[in-house]
Order: sequence, then structure tokens, then C-alpha cells
Amino acid sequence: MRSLVPGVLGVLVRRGADFAAAEDAVQEALVEAVRSWPTTPPREPTGWLVTVAWRKFLDATRAETTRRRREETVADEPPSGPVPSADDTLQLYFLCAHPSLTPPSAVALTLRAVGGLTTRQIAAAYLVPEATMAQRISRAKRTVSDVRFNEPGDVATVLRVLYLVFNEGYSGDVDLAAEAIRLTRQLAAAVDHPEVAGLLALMLLHHARRAARTAPDGSLVPLAEQDRGRWDTALISEGVQVLQAALARGRLGEYQAQAAIAALHADARSAADTDWVQIVEWYDELVRLTGSPVVRLNRAVAVGEADGPRAGLAALASVDASVPRFAAVQAYLHEKDGDRTTAARLYAEAAALAGNAAERDHLTRQAARLNSP
Amino acid sequence: MAKYLMLKHYRNTSKSLDCAPMDQWTPDEVSAHIQYMNDLAAKLTETGEFVDGQALAPEGTWVRYDGEGRPPVTDGPFAETKDLIAGWMAIDVDSYERAVELAGELSAAPGPSGQPIREWLELRPFLGAPPTITE
Repeated sequence: MRSLVPGVLGVLVRRGADFAAAEDAVQEALVEAVRSWPTTPPREPTGWLVTVAWRKFLDATRAETTRRRREETVADEPPSGPVPSADDTLQLYFLCAHPSLTPPSAVALTLRAVGGLTTRQIAAAYLVPEATMAQRISRAKRTVSDVRFNEPGDVATVLRVLYLVFNEGYSGDVDLAAEAIRLTRQLAAAVDHPEVAGLLALMLLHHARRAARTAPDGSLVPLAEQDRGRWDTALISEGVQVLQAALARGRLGEYQAQAAIAALHADARSAADTDWVQIVEWYDELVRLTGSPVVRLNRAVAVGEADGPRAGLAALASVDASVPRFAAVQAYLHEKDGDRTTAARLYAEAAALAGNAAERDHLTRQAARLNSP
Repeated sequence: MAKYLMLKHYRNTSKSLDCAPMDQWTPDEVSAHIQYMNDLAAKLTETGEFVDGQALAPEGTWVRYDGEGRPPVTDGPFAETKDLIAGWMAIDVDSYERAVELAGELSAAPGPSGQPIREWLELRPFLGAPPTITE
């Protein structure tokens, strides 16, 4: 049902409803659909939602302008008008990721207006009170209220928002990773763009490893130690296919390059079989594309695997030491180089700097392992 | 988005402001102080940044395990005078800079004669969720 949301919202906006009111109306229509569809499923779900949402919008408008006859005449005859189109869906993504929004606001608005999640679900997913999330969303709506719905947008801003939903979600009742994949698939259907495909491939390839990423006790399992038999081969082959089609277009971007690295990992039957030389080449591409210090740090890990820990440490020397996980990478390379004492000290240092508990615990265990006789 | 705890220790107020304990303020000064906290919480809800705010009673008890089949040992209750944790506010903000800005605002809560008490707040980041993509 939620896949119908962007199209329905697009119809209302094109009929002249302002975005914030239309979005509220669609939410109300969804609530009604959840209630009535199980017993009386509609023949035309999209048509049903458009009709009900439009009525909700008119009710709300009437309530606000009871004394304005002009509104009454609008209300009488809802235009039989436009059906949902891919363009509307795309415009909605642009609007919800508008550059005037902060990333968290864009994330919240996208999940609600494009994803059709309720404020309560989004609040629970990001561990904030519902009232706080409600305000974040309504402020975001106000921020974009003056943006014309057909204003051309930048796919890159949308991709950043979807990447954030996929990568930085807490694990709650709402599966944000699955939701990000659903929204990226929907975007890929609305716009033909190799980086959209690249991001979709990246998500699929990482999602494929999800079951293997955590041990039953919730602790993180590093890539090299994962049980590759638990990787989802169907997701991997879909990811690889999507990626190959994108790469064939000859317009490389950062998501395609990241997906290529994930595909090379997915392709290795064991950690020892990993084609690190090719992975380093992709990191070189990524450095060229983004210049990101995080990419340089990950490149140093790959160099350490391809050419040995000394080479990795040499590559690390040119990376900004304030990048998150710098000490963890340093520790890893020093241990591979045989210097357990330095590695133990650096792992402990890295644990103190970790940004999340799972990583901190993992790094603490590494330090403890090296400190045990 | 990152969550931060603003921990109210009520520490160093005497050093920076020579501020009397709250029970020696006028009732209006106490009300104004509390109103300031409530207004800030309401404002942060409105900006979509509020997570939680709680006050703690000053008296606490120390508790620890005392072995199989034995009740926990307690010590106290007593008021911890050297470093009283009076409460906290948790926020969910865009950046560290924003967290510092808000902590500064909370620290400006009014005391005697409506002057900001300038208490030292401890700002601590929450540990978040591990990201999916790390390589």
C-alpha cells in the first residue's frame, strides 16, 4: 500500500493542493485504508486512495475556510484529473530532499511523504519522542512550502538522503534498511540514472550480508570472519546485475564504485580469496571521485591486504588521523605486522573513540585478546 | 543527527557566580528558573531536537551486590554534596556545534536577581547505532 503514496501525493499536489496539506490528507487516507481494506479491498487501490485523500484534503480546507464560498465551489467537483505518474514520484523525492533541508529533516520528510510511514514509526526508528518528530516533519514541510513542485532537482541530494536512511538507522520495529531499498527501487523505476542503480546495488550487496553481520549475542562479526554461507545469494546476484548494467553506461560515480567494492567482497568464496588488488583500484577511483578521508582510510586497509601491512601503514601515513576509526585501522595493521603491544594499545584507544556500543565492544575485545597471555 | 546528554552537575556555580543554593532564592526566582527549563524543553520540541529531560532528587543510595543469597549492601541515603547530579536534558541535534550552543543556553538559566547562573554542564555524546556500510 505504501508504494502508492508518492503517486497519490503527486496527484493531489498537481490538482493544486499545497504540499503540507496534501501530505496530511494522504496520511489520513492511509489510516483509513488500513482500517477498511482488510474487510473491503478496493478494486482500484490507487483510485481509492486518491479519492479518499482528496476528500480529506477538502474537508480540512473547508474546516479552515468555512466562511469562504470560493473554497466551497472548488470542493464540489473534484477534477477527475491526472493519474499518478513517474514524474510526480520523482518530483516528490526532489522536494523531500531539497537542499534547504538539513539531512535529518530530509530523512524524516522522505520517510513520511515518500515512504508513507507514520510519525510514530519514524520517531520510534530514530529514538526520539513522537512530538519531537512531528515538529521536525512539520518544520521540514514549512521549509519546502515555497518550493514549486515542478522545480528541477538534483538526483545526488536524493541519493544522499536514501543512503543515510539505509546506513544510519537504529534497528527498531521499522526495518529502515529494507525501507531504504524499497524507496531506492521506486526511485530507480522513476528515473534512469546510473548512480541511482549504483546506490541500489550497493544497498542490495550490503543487505545480503546482514544475517552474517551480527552474532546471536548481538556483537559485530567483521567481514573476514563472517559465515559466507549465510549471505543472501539472490540479493547478491540482483545487486551484481544492477551494478553491471549501471557500469556499462560508462558514467562512473561514487555509489557505483562503492558497489563494485562490495561486489568484489561478495564474489570471494572466502576472505582469503578476496581480490584485494582490484579493490585497491576501485578505492583509487573513489579517492579520485570523492577525495573523502574516510575513503583514504579504507583504501589503506585494502592496501594492507593487497601489499602487506607495511604498505598499509605507509598508505595510512597520508590519512588525516582525526577520521573516525583511524586508530582501529592502525591497530589492525600493526597486529598484522606482528606488533601486538602497539596493536593492543591502539585497539583500546580506538574503543574509547568508537561512536557506537557494538563497535566499542568489538574493539575492547580485540584489545583484551591481545593483552591476554 | 546525533544525541547528546546535557548533564547538570550544579558544579562550580559558586566559583563563577557566587550563587546561593536554590532554597535561599526567592520563590519567584525559583519559579523563573524552572520556567526557563520548561520553556527550553518546549522550544526544543518545537525545533524537533528534544529527546528527554528529567530532574533527580538530591538524595541517593549506594547499592552493591554482596554475594549469593545475600541482600544487596546499601550505603546512605545521603546527599552527595561535592558533585550533585541534579538532572539532565537529552537532545538530538545536527552537529556538535549545535549541542554546545544549546548547552550554553541551558547554562544561562536565571538564578538570584534573574542573573544567569552559568552552571557548568557536562555534554556527553550518546553512542549511536553501528553503520551498515563500513568498508
